Amino acid sequence: MFVVLLVLIVILGSVVFHMVSPWWWSEIASNWVGMDDTIILTFWITGAVFVAIGLFMAYCIWKFRYDKDKKAEYEPENSKLEWTLTILTTIGVIALLAPGLIVWNNFVTVPKGAYEIEVVGQQWGWMYRLPGKDGVLGTTSIKNIDDDNPFGLNTDDPYSLDDVLVDADDLHILLDRPLKLNLRALDVLHDFYVPQFRAKMDMVPGTITYYWFTPIKTGEYEILCAEYCGTGHYAMLGYVYVDEQKEYDEWVDEQMTFEEVLASNGKSDLIKIALNKKNDL
Amino acid sequence: METKKDSIIDQLTQKPWDPAQVKIDNSHEGKTFNLHVGKLGLRYLMIVSTIMFCLFIVTYGDRMIYDDWVKMPEPFLLWINTFILFVSSIIFIRIQIASKKNQFKKAKRDLILVGFLALVFLIGQFLVWQNMVDKGYYVYGSPANAYFYLFTALHGLHLLGGLVYWVMTIRKVWNINDIDIRKAKHTIELCSIYWHFLLAVWIVLFGLMLFT
Amino acid sequence: MAADSYEDVVKNKESIPALEVAPQDLYHAKSFWTKYIFCQDAKVIGIQYGLTAVAIGLVGLVSSWLMRMQIAFPGLIPMDAAQYYQLVTMHGMIMVVYLLTALFLGGFGNYLIPLMVGARDMVFPYVNMVSFWVFFLAVIILASSYFVPGGPTGAGWTLYPPQAITSGTPGGDGLGIVLMLVSLAVFVIGFTMGGLNYVITVLQARTRGMTLMRLPLTVWGIFTATVLALFAFPALFVAGIMMTLDNMLGTSFFMPAIIQFGEKLTHEGGSPILFQHLFWFFGHPEVYIVALPAFGIVSDLISVHARKNIFGYRMMVWAIVIIGGLSFVVWAHHMYVAGMNPWFGFFFATTTLIIAVPTAIKVYNWVLTLWRGNIKLTLPMLFSIAFIITFVNGGLTGLFLGNVAVDVPLSDTYFVVAHFHMVMGIAPVLVILGSVYHWFPLITGRFLNERLGKIHFWVTFIGSYSIYFPMHYLGFMGVTRRYFEVFEGEAFTYSITGINQFITVAALVTGAAQFLFIYNIIVSSKFGKKAGKNPWKACSLEWRTKDVPPTHGNFDKELPVVYRWAYDYSVPGADEDYITQDTPPSAVANARAEQT
Repeated sequence: MFVVLLVLIVILGSVVFHMVSPWWWSEIASNWVGMDDTIILTFWITGAVFVAIGLFMAYCIWKFRYDKDKKAEYEPENSKLEWTLTILTTIGVIALLAPGLIVWNNFVTVPKGAYEIEVVGQQWGWMYRLPGKDGVLGTTSIKNIDDDNPFGLNTDDPYSLDDVLVDADDLHILLDRPLKLNLRALDVLHDFYVPQFRAKMDMVPGTITYYWFTPIKTGEYEILCAEYCGTGHYAMLGYVYVDEQKEYDEWVDEQMTFEEVLASNGKSDLIKIALNKKNDL
Repeated sequence: METKKDSIIDQLTQKPWDPAQVKIDNSHEGKTFNLHVGKLGLRYLMIVSTIMFCLFIVTYGDRMIYDDWVKMPEPFLLWINTFILFVSSIIFIRIQIASKKNQFKKAKRDLILVGFLALVFLIGQFLVWQNMVDKGYYVYGSPANAYFYLFTALHGLHLLGGLVYWVMTIRKVWNINDIDIRKAKHTIELCSIYWHFLLAVWIVLFGLMLFT
Repeated sequence: MAADSYEDVVKNKESIPALEVAPQDLYHAKSFWTKYIFCQDAKVIGIQYGLTAVAIGLVGLVSSWLMRMQIAFPGLIPMDAAQYYQLVTMHGMIMVVYLLTALFLGGFGNYLIPLMVGARDMVFPYVNMVSFWVFFLAVIILASSYFVPGGPTGAGWTLYPPQAITSGTPGGDGLGIVLMLVSLAVFVIGFTMGGLNYVITVLQARTRGMTLMRLPLTVWGIFTATVLALFAFPALFVAGIMMTLDNMLGTSFFMPAIIQFGEKLTHEGGSPILFQHLFWFFGHPEVYIVALPAFGIVSDLISVHARKNIFGYRMMVWAIVIIGGLSFVVWAHHMYVAGMNPWFGFFFATTTLIIAVPTAIKVYNWVLTLWRGNIKLTLPMLFSIAFIITFVNGGLTGLFLGNVAVDVPLSDTYFVVAHFHMVMGIAPVLVILGSVYHWFPLITGRFLNERLGKIHFWVTFIGSYSIYFPMHYLGFMGVTRRYFEVFEGEAFTYSITGINQFITVAALVTGAAQFLFIYNIIVSSKFGKKAGKNPWKACSLEWRTKDVPPTHGNFDKELPVVYRWAYDYSVPGADEDYITQDTPPSAVANARAEQT
């Protein structure tokens, strides 16, 4: 009969572990409280089912243990019971799914007025690009990439000259402003993940993916690459700093625009072409 | 003894413990279909390979819609090869008729002819490949090229697999005697079904490449 | 059916002749080679599959030990990042494909299907033999990748391009990935031949009286899993071929234009996500290819050892079939955050959560089988109980990951690792262990040692639960998977060093217990207690063979005729608490079910 004890210990032990576990998610720093809430709801429903099934099973094992003078019941099926359980389960599933889909709908619908930043992943580090004064990110192509143009910007795109290029692993973003991250990978899959923001999305070479969130707390947050990307995957780290407007502006001012990068490399002819294009508009 | 089978839904809703059902079930002969296992096995393999080709075609469709898709030319030789496959299929119908009438000499002659045509087809496909390579259509040149080589290679492999079965068929027909007649007829039937299948697959693939 | 008197029924039944399979040439072994090596007897082939799968599975087990050592005690066993990722990849691929799939379908399928449906052998014994040797070849090719320059692939078992075939990944620019893809393609070919046998034997070679609804659930599970494999494996094959071409011939099926380490590769225009769709179109049904046989087998174990018919047999069959069907429309739930069209998320979250309903029904019915049963706490029963707990746990965490919004923070973390190990690692393995204890007396005629078995059970269940239950909580914190150096991230609310060490120690102990099990098998097969015929008093046909262990041809001169379903346990009025499937009604005339 030790096995009855075992079942009880495993069931109740799991519950106790859950309650005392110091391993739990960090305080949320973005607007995705809905995700946490859905997890909590899922916890309550699934936890109740887990405990109920476990305790019932422990009871059965103890109550109906073998006795050579007894005989088990002969009952091939009980449609009423089975259908009742099916319907209850369906209701539980709907209760889980509905809030999940609502949160997902928010997650994939970028609000108007969100500002954009491009995150570029490559083996094994991050780069960022801000849209600059015109507020529009210039178009890029992987074919353009070389030492002078690490982001592969199209020089004939009028929006590209004022783009701010950040060739470093750290990024600063604004507090309380919805932010759309455009995600691009140059070589293999990566995933820009900050646990406190909850959100993540793979970066896929050949396409641009995105997600959005609104940071709600200033501070310094560690970036982890969440999609296996080769030998250096574990070392693909960085920081996101959530700033007030003033600190953010100071940081942006320190960065170079694409125009400045080209100028510093002595490519003024390219700048001229780009400026002509801009005037044509 | 062939009996009519219940539909799958009827079978799955039976209550096997129900005494009335028990009585019916006890005389069940243990088969789901009135089909020989060989034929069923062939269908199984054809389903697997159809799924495989369908998946290739789905990826083809997925790739085709992009701007950089460049159509590939179809050399005239491909039409000839298609015709050869078509003729093989017709000959197989003749073989089947012959074997039904127990004219195994005729069947044997036609089987050799079909094997010969299969070889001609494979050589023909190889010539098409050479032709394409000479014209500079390499496998890595464009997605359409890649699919062309992939489709033709896979179809060729299926035909080679068919030739293995063809060898088994012709061996049975070669030393035909009274005991083997039933088996030989069965093998011939399976072999010809497979050949028709190969023709159908080829027509779908060829049509696909022709129109896109 | 009031019109038929009971006597009429009996008379009709008694007059039913045994059905001999039409002119099937039964194969006869003549020498050592044809008896043990190139054997066409499904039982021998089953054991060959089992031994090969376990042999390569031990490589997977040791890989997991080494991985866990690196995670908890870095430096203790010298290894670099490349080697770590190779261990991760080979562990995953070996366990999923070469151990679990091969063992359930190749091993249990071959051994049990002909016996349980009342056939003398599979319908195509020669193809069956070839199937094993092709599988063996696949294992050899896989193993050979350890010995090529650069070593085996370290692309992760999902083999996502572009990473899998580029130089930033171990084995990506060498032979490692090529051998992996070739091995998988060979495996698929071998499996197709095996599956051909399983499906057609179940459909066409059953003995007289064996309707579909009289089949034991084991056969239903293996049969449905094989049909799934028939549809799913071609996707793996297709993906493997196209990736091989990308790698060897420079085509661009999955490879977009990329620039790696400052160097532009020649590929252009391919789609990495297309590979993921193909892979998971195979990969998700693959989960059920492993799970459905486990579901079926555990149903039989519970029923036999609780001396009660499986509760809701029809619902159980329908659930297996429905789960099988639904498993083809849920694949993209592995790709919620993979960058596919976000609107797919709504569809796949819904289908995924729908699949929870038939799965839950199965769990209810297992537990309700225990209800008012007469439960013998034998080792197979203990493992079944452990399976239920583990599977319920793993299944419920699936509701987190299947629900698209919840998946966003949890995907690619240790929560996922814990979830799939619980649900498709530990749970099926517990069933395998339980079923070895159950069928060992049939295969060898002897029992496994009970005392060693008890130790094995306690260590395995408590150990594996301690490994994976706490691991979920690392995932909640955001600890990402596939990190060579597990460090204290700044988002983590509590140190992960201690818990990782605990998990590693648990993994070492649990793994070691499996060697005790293997020792038990070796010793007991020679010196174990003699079991005799049908020691568990089970109803199904595999215990009704002419000899124990069953010899070639399985049954006596005449094939058994089946008169009842596989679950006539504790029939009221019957003298014994079980009536075997081939017992004619006249022999148990008192039983209530025969009279109504």
